This record gives sequence, C-alpha cells and structure tokens, in this order.
Amino acid sequence: MNGFLDRVLGRVRLGGWLAVAAPVIAVVFAVLITSVVLLVAGKAPVEAFTTLADYGTQPRSMAMILNTGVMYYISALAVAVGFRMNLFNIGVDGQYRLAAVVAAGLGGAAVVPGVLNIVLVIVAAVVVGALWAAIAGLLRVYRGVSEVISTIMLNAIATGLGSWLVSEHFGVLTGNDLGTRPIPDDAHMPGIPLIAGTPVLVNGFIVVAVLLGVAYWVVLNRTRFGFELRATGKSESAAVASGVSVKKMIVVTMVMSGAVAGLIGMPELLGASYKYSNNFPAGLGFTGIAIALLGRNNPVGMAVGALLWSFLDNSSNQLQLLDISKEIVQIMQGVVVLSVIIAYELVHRYRIVAEQRRVSRELAAPQEAPKAEAAA
Amino acid sequence: MRPFQAAMAGAVAVAVTAAAGCGGGVETASSQTGSLRVGLVYDIGGRGDKSYNDAAAAGVDEAKRNLTGLRVREVEAAPGEPVVRKVERVWALAEAGYDPIIAVGYSYAPALARIAPKFPRTRFAIVDEPTVSGPNITNLLFASEQGSFLIGAAAAMKSRTGDVGLVGGNRSPLVKKFEVGYVQGVKHVNPRARIRIAYLAGPHDLSGFERPDKAQKAARCMYRAGADVVYQVAGASGAGVFRAAKKAGAWAIGVDYDQAKSADPAVRHVILTSMIKRIDVAVYDYLANVADHTVTSGRVVYDLKLGGVDYSLTGGHITDIQPRLEQLKQEIIHGRVKVSPG
Repeated sequence: MNGFLDRVLGRVRLGGWLAVAAPVIAVVFAVLITSVVLLVAGKAPVEAFTTLADYGTQPRSMAMILNTGVMYYISALAVAVGFRMNLFNIGVDGQYRLAAVVAAGLGGAAVVPGVLNIVLVIVAAVVVGALWAAIAGLLRVYRGVSEVISTIMLNAIATGLGSWLVSEHFGVLTGNDLGTRPIPDDAHMPGIPLIAGTPVLVNGFIVVAVLLGVAYWVVLNRTRFGFELRATGKSESAAVASGVSVKKMIVVTMVMSGAVAGLIGMPELLGASYKYSNNFPAGLGFTGIAIALLGRNNPVGMAVGALLWSFLDNSSNQLQLLDISKEIVQIMQGVVVLSVIIAYELVHRYRIVAEQRRVSRELAAPQEAPKAEAAA
Repeated sequence: MRPFQAAMAGAVAVAVTAAAGCGGGVETASSQTGSLRVGLVYDIGGRGDKSYNDAAAAGVDEAKRNLTGLRVREVEAAPGEPVVRKVERVWALAEAGYDPIIAVGYSYAPALARIAPKFPRTRFAIVDEPTVSGPNITNLLFASEQGSFLIGAAAAMKSRTGDVGLVGGNRSPLVKKFEVGYVQGVKHVNPRARIRIAYLAGPHDLSGFERPDKAQKAARCMYRAGADVVYQVAGASGAGVFRAAKKAGAWAIGVDYDQAKSADPAVRHVILTSMIKRIDVAVYDYLANVADHTVTSGRVVYDLKLGGVDYSLTGGHITDIQPRLEQLKQEIIHGRVKVSPG
C-alpha cells in the first residue's frame, strides 16, 4: 500500500475522471476560501476576480507571467528531481543564488566574447549549483547528515559567500546599488516575440525550460537511471535488494538537482538584469518547493503550477491599485497549495474506498463477476 | 509644529536651489493644482516598517493634510521579487494616469530608467538614488555623511574613554556613507579617538537590519572593550544596541528617526541623540513643488542646510555641547569644514 507522502508527491497515479476531478475540486475550493478572506477584509470578491481575469488576459501580462513562470518552473524541476527520490533539497535557494553570483562575476568579466560568454555563464552556473548541492549529498552519504538540515544551513552559508564574493571580488557600485559588472550586450539572451500585441518579449530561456521539462520526464520514465531513482524513492531496501547503489543515487540525484538549480537565476541574469545585485530575485528556491507540491512533481502539472503562481505574483500590483493588499496574493497561493493537497488526498481516499467496495462486491458474488472488469 | 516648519523651510530652500539652476525644468501638463493623483511605490516592508518607508509615508500624510485635492495610491513590494515586478509596478501606475510617481528606495532605479522615458508627461521622483536621470526624474538624496559627522562629533565630545563604536546593519554603500561621516566627525573632535566598527551582514543580506540579538552582541563587545558611545545604523536591529548600552551603563545613538521618542521606553534614557534623516521632508517638498509647478528634475541633496539631515535634542543629554555642535553645523553649511561623502 502507498502512504500519504507517496500520494502527496504524485507517485500514485489517478485514472480516468478522477484525474480531472481533483484539480477542479482544488480550484473551486481555493476560490471559495479566497472569497471568504476577501469578504472578511471588506473587499468585493467579484471585483477582485474580474481584475485578475482582466489582467491575466492582456498580452503584456501574459508575457510577464511567462517570464516569471520560466524561473519558477526551473526551480520546481530542481526540487522535483530530489522529491522523486525522497530527497528534500531545501537548498535549491542557496544553490541558485551562489551559482548566479559566480556566473554573473564570470560573465561580467567578459573573458570570451558573445555566444561563448553565454555558454560560459550557463556552464559556470550549472557547475556551481551542482557542487554546492554535492556537499549536502556527500554529508548525507558519508556522515548520515539529513539533507534537510544541511541544505538549510548551506543556504545561509551561500548568502554569506555570495555577499563576500560581490563585495570583495566582483562588485562595482552604481549609485547605491552594489552589484557585479554588467554582462556585455553581445552576451545577452535574446527575447522571443511570442505573444502578439505587446512589445514585451518572452525570455529566451523559455526554450531551455521546456527542454528541461521534457528531459525530466524522459530521464525519470524512460531510462534505467530514472527507474532506479524512482525505485529508491519508493523503497530504499527494495532498491538495495535489486542491486541499486543507494549511496551513489543520493549523490548523483543531489548533483542533478543542484545542476538544474544553477539554471534558475539564468533567465534573470542573461535576459533581464545582466548583473547580480541587491535587486536579484531571492527565495525562488522556496517558491520551487511549493510549485513542485502543487504540480505533484509532474512536468506538465508543475508548468501549470508555475504559471498560476507567476500569474498571482504578477497580479499583486493590479490588486493593490484596487486597494487590495498584496498579502492577499500570498493567502491565495497558500490556499491553492493546501487545496491541491487536500483535494488529491480526498480523491485518492475516494478511489481507495470505491475500490474496496468493488472488490467486496465481487467477492460477495464471485460467479457473476463480469469479465470486462478484469481488465481494469 | 517642527516637522512642518522644517518642511516649509526645505521647500523654500529647494525652490531657491532650483532657481540657481540644478537641472532642467519640467513642463507640467496639468493646469489645475487641485487634483494630483500621486502614485507611491514602497520598498520591501512598506508602510508600517517604522523606518524608511514609514518616513516617506509620513511625508505623504503631511502633504495630504496641507495640500488640497491630493489623492494617493500606495503600492508595496514583495521581498525578493525580480526587477521586472518593480518595473511593472511603476508602469501600472503610470499607465493608470498617476502623476507624480514617487519611488522609495534605490531598488527602483532600473524601473524608473525603463518607464520614465515612455511616459514623458508623468513626473517621477526616487529616494536615495543618484544614478537614474531624465528630464522627468527628480532624485531626492540625503547627505547622511554630514548628519553622521555631527553625530560623530557629539560622540567624541561625550566619550570619556575616547573610544566609540558603530554598528551597521549591512556592509552596503548606503550604510557605508554613515560610517564615513561618523569617522570624520569623531576624528575632527578627537584625532586620537579609537573607533570600533561592526557590520552585522554582507552587502546583499538585509537580515542585518532585523537581528537585534546580533546587534546587542556586537555592541556589548564594544562596551566591554572600552567604548562608551555606540552609533547604530541598523534599523530594527538597533534595539539590541540600546539594550546593550543600558546594561553597560553607556550611551547609544539612534538613526533615521528621533529614537529617544520612538524606541522602547525602557531604553530611551540611554539614547544620547539620533541622526535624523528627513525622508518625510524630501517627499513633502517634492509634492508641494509639484503642486505649485516649481518642481525640477535632477538631483536635490537634502543636507544640513536644507534640514534633510540633523541631530535630535530629545532627552536633553547634549544640551551642554549643543553650542559647539551648532557651530560645527554652521561651519559645514558654509563649507569651512568639509565632509567627504566617502
């Protein structure tokens, strides 16, 4: 039998109409709770939701939502790689920030021109993210340190290390903003005019994000490594019995998670800010955890989750123009995650009970059991 | 009421500087002064942070009371948001027709650089950021180093041990300006004074402004080593410096606000004075100037002369040295004493 954790992390599949029912219930539930919160706060829910709908359907907003969503999606993928193996990489946040600092420093130094610089920046980010995550993997394997604890601590160290690198090595001062030297124009990731009717370009990293999503699905579901990863996640002892080296799997999975984490800051660095400074987005690693839960570690589910999260984050400015405080967005996001978890759990339990009923019905009348049922 | 007088004095002074030619005049589109729709974008923390943003909010509130027909829309930032979110925030206000738009904090510089040229008839102001410029952008700046110079002088005059300290929230350029002025002020009064400096976090780490425990530890070390006056430039962490001062029976110095009025009542008596940074005055002046069509683009530095930075007298602990401080202030204003911004 499977436990709650298996169901939360999306290891148990729902079939048929149940797979549709769960997200629908979650959305309805989230809208209801949010409406109550809005009413309690003395705001009109209809007005708020109309504003949200208006905002979300404008071309400019759609481009913005995609741009932020790209970072959220990569972050969710980084977290999900670990989740599928019961590895809780809470350190995605530190991994991507440290990776971005080093990559920004290298990119700003412009040691190689043009496209080569883009490649250098990306490779540097991936390597730094992977190495930083490897520390937690090695600690877990050789010293039995829980990766939850070590990655949280490594986040704090990454913050300090990043600050030190910027202030002592890469930093240049612009006004009151201390940041790395900007990456030269020839090494900027070009945007894509994906959405008609707006001058806002969609970040070129959307292609990378889609490829990563496909790679995530292929590696997990169509390769021996992916099978071993999922097997280790489901039962470590069973994996050991069938010849999987769990120690190797832990280190490799952490390294992969960290490598993907290294890419999180790249859309911002190569497509928007071109430098690492006080203004560089922080906390994306934690957003990734929420979105991985929301999307149940499924590549398509996480994409939907990332877009929803990004839509809510981006709409906070519009809601504030309506005098609705920005905290309502955080409430909505929290409610969405909880409703998804609750809705799926309810649907799973319904399925288990329904299955038990069906089995007991069949047992009660064995001779008349229809042949077609056997296929199910 | 003192703030308002200061505000008016500031307004006049700014107008004078403007006439002396500190930037191109901005064409004002609205013919009627009675209907300003002001957009105010906050930095992280927003209204109610008892610090930076609140100071800007106080200026806006003062303007709402004194200028007619002012309607203000305030929009807050979320921690760790990407730059584009700030750009969109400013864009949304400009698009909705808000004019002027005031951005609180240097993190809005990229947003103004991108949006201001697209809305040439909208007027923008940014607090604490000199680099972004344009025909419709006003930079509201503060000579924190001048205020901190006087604070350093006061600390050196009051110190019996000739040993003083500074606790900074993080090693950012903004805080560094306080340190630079403070050190010059101390050395001006007592060239042989020992100055101890501690920072609670690196430049990109804002946590140093929310860690009174760390600040208390840092200040305790300074007092134990012989310092008897410690200047806090650490926002909410400053409460720790005040507690340490109380335990050590020594002096502490507040920042931004008159902290002898705003801090925990139990520690107010250890606050020698505070370095006041009048963001409220700057914001008020700006709005008043927009209302009378006298607003100018470019940099406006709120220094000692404009009353943009100052020291507080609450508690009466520095009445004995006040004449000397006033004299020093005049010397700085008239350029006889030079304070380097670092």
